[in-house]
Amino acid sequence: MSLIPSASQTVGPFFNFALTSNPHLGNLAGEGAEGERIRLTVRVVDGDGVPAPGDALIELWQANSRGCYAHPLDPREAERDPHFYGFGRLETDANGECVFETIKPGLVPDGNGGMQAPHINVIVLARGLLKHLYTRIYFAGEPANARDAALAQVPEYRRETLLAQPAAGQPKSWHFEIRLLGEAETVFFDV
Amino acid sequence: MSEYPRTKPGSQPEYAYEGYRSTHRRAPSQPLIRLPHTLSELTGPVYGHNPIGPADADLTAHFADPPQGERIIVAGRVLDEDGRGVPNALVEVWQANAAGRYRHSGDNHPAPIDPNFLGAGRVITDDAGNYRFLTIKPGAYPWRNHHNAWRPAHIHFSLFGSAFVTRLVTQMYFPNDPLMPLDPVLQSIPDKDAQERLVSRFDLSLTEPEWALGYRFYIVLRGRQATPLEDATK
Repeated sequence: MSLIPSASQTVGPFFNFALTSNPHLGNLAGEGAEGERIRLTVRVVDGDGVPAPGDALIELWQANSRGCYAHPLDPREAERDPHFYGFGRLETDANGECVFETIKPGLVPDGNGGMQAPHINVIVLARGLLKHLYTRIYFAGEPANARDAALAQVPEYRRETLLAQPAAGQPKSWHFEIRLLGEAETVFFDV
Repeated sequence: MSEYPRTKPGSQPEYAYEGYRSTHRRAPSQPLIRLPHTLSELTGPVYGHNPIGPADADLTAHFADPPQGERIIVAGRVLDEDGRGVPNALVEVWQANAAGRYRHSGDNHPAPIDPNFLGAGRVITDDAGNYRFLTIKPGAYPWRNHHNAWRPAHIHFSLFGSAFVTRLVTQMYFPNDPLMPLDPVLQSIPDKDAQERLVSRFDLSLTEPEWALGYRFYIVLRGRQATPLEDATK
């Protein structure tokens, strides 16, 4: 039997009472989680630079500080962190922003003998998106970025759109801008 | 490492769709960049930390009194591309009330709020991929997309399968709704068969006598292997 996956439809503007009613999903790093704690602000803006006011949903999925995913397919039992799960989900606020508390992920194997730079996998859902978008958050200034196979697929002039930047004057705080359309449009992936 | 099959052309909407106005300033203009599937794509959140009870699957029981509207059963299976049930998948649903109004501060449609209806539920599929909800039939409602625009009655579905790439958010429609051919959200799917697969079917065998009508709705997630076993780090 061969079935075709069901078609996607927009999440619409009125999802928060169902999907983001649990504010704890903004804190990925539970008490005792290993690694460098960071605060990550994600902002979503449209083609006019207008922030998505409360009608975008950001989901994060990331490895722990040792680069291991909390999933049966990741066989590295010794690298598991029982205090870190790696899934986050928040809606944007009136300013188009949401703020996650997490840890900086470690290097993840790329399946070809190399290592991927620390990154957070992102799904963007919103009113006006008929299907969700995939992108990745990398960290500006990270030396491993230069050897990352996914970043290498991206034309150099667009790579910057995948880099979270340190927030000015706020240690361990990062800002990631998702520009859905237009100048400096964020790179989105076909996965 | 095994890749998930890629999208069949026409079976999914594109990002930009002229008839759906909100896409005009939100649909990316640059082509997507294709990534091979690594551990980052092949893993994903496996639900299991917060218990889900029977009350989560009964949208008519969130308050002391039952909601207004036509009580319905919505049930079906979550399948992979080989037709095998996807067990342990998180299915979240949300919807408008019987009058076509959401429990959301941004919904200004002048239809009554039902104090006995929230409109959100969730369930985990069983070992064979089955799920079942009890709810009320949502109403159609107007939206400002174009002159005299109305959404057909629908229930929103959000699903996580076994990987980040199996994520699906979609909508379930009801058979013979005259608004479907007029709805840009549904019509954004190029393939008519793919549209049709988002329409639930009335099923007398699911109906409970003297209680509730039954609608059956199958959902297919990406993937051909229920349990990929290869070592993805190699």
